Amino acid sequence: MSRQSNRTTDSKKMNAELFTLTYGALVTQLCKDYENDEEVNKQLDKMGYNIGVRLIEDFLARSSVGRRQDFRETADVIAKVAFKMYLGITPSVTNWSPAGDEFSLILESNPLVDFVELPDNHSSLVYSNLLCGVLRGALEMVQMAVDVKFSQDTLRGDNVTEIRMKFIKRMEENLPAGDE
Amino acid sequence: MATRRTGLCGYQRYGRNSRVGALMTVHNLYIFDRNGSCLHYGEWNRKKQAGISKEEEFKLMYGMLFSIRSFCSKMSPLDMKDGFLTFQTSKYKLHYYETATGIKIIMNTDLGVPNAKDILHQIYSTLYVEYIVKNPLCVLGEQLSSDLFSTRLDLYIRALPFFSPRAA
Repeated sequence: MSRQSNRTTDSKKMNAELFTLTYGALVTQLCKDYENDEEVNKQLDKMGYNIGVRLIEDFLARSSVGRRQDFRETADVIAKVAFKMYLGITPSVTNWSPAGDEFSLILESNPLVDFVELPDNHSSLVYSNLLCGVLRGALEMVQMAVDVKFSQDTLRGDNVTEIRMKFIKRMEENLPAGDE
Repeated sequence: MATRRTGLCGYQRYGRNSRVGALMTVHNLYIFDRNGSCLHYGEWNRKKQAGISKEEEFKLMYGMLFSIRSFCSKMSPLDMKDGFLTFQTSKYKLHYYETATGIKIIMNTDLGVPNAKDILHQIYSTLYVEYIVKNPLCVLGEQLSSDLFSTRLDLYIRALPFFSPRAA
């Protein structure tokens, strides 16, 4: 099992540039394949979702985080543990809605966009939309349906990058059909 | 010096225990996903079979776990952190571990085995996550077909201090 623990420390040290550039290549290719920004956003979200449903297992195995009941606790874990672990940044959690079912993650820097300039003809492209899918997929696996979207983006001239998360509902676990 | 002696004592005591408990063993292990499908079943030392098909056995097992879980959370006089962990009968002990994503790992052992929560977490984090979740060819939520996973799990279980080769 020692091989495993070595591997985890290695992956933490992995060069972030490789990741950023790979992501850039992915977005570039999607833009070539689809020509329509909305469609690219959709594909990025879908890929992110598929990553998220697997990433959550890795996250739970590596961190000692248990079941979260509360959306506020969830927000803290996402910002302080998960973003730190996978992107090396700690976004701040702000703009809580009075009902406590909506909040924003403010990213001072977004590692995905390190070398990016958006050309004018891609004004509706949400470059880092993969992140939304990841968050949505991961939270769905812990029985939380959430709506995730970028509401501000430094790439499009805003001062900060803001991800808005809205809690929709808690998904109930059911006995599989056909059981007595 | 003192600590060294304690360590040795502990070792000897442990050695004696494993000799006395020739029956110390792991019987079998189930892995269920959040929807109740059995992802993996492994068997090492099971003298009595259920007498029903494996599919029925998995359903019966999952149904019971599902009920126990809701039973425990309803009957508990205090707020629970971990929920249902284990039960034992006169002959065996069932250890239960559940992740926040609803993966459930169930291991049946004999009565002498202490709390196996850490072991089940290890199975989840070093075997299930490493060989199933990180293998994109393994479709999540279906019965696991990864030989690598089965082999590693078998090795891991056989290497457990309370897996007695004599009993197997």
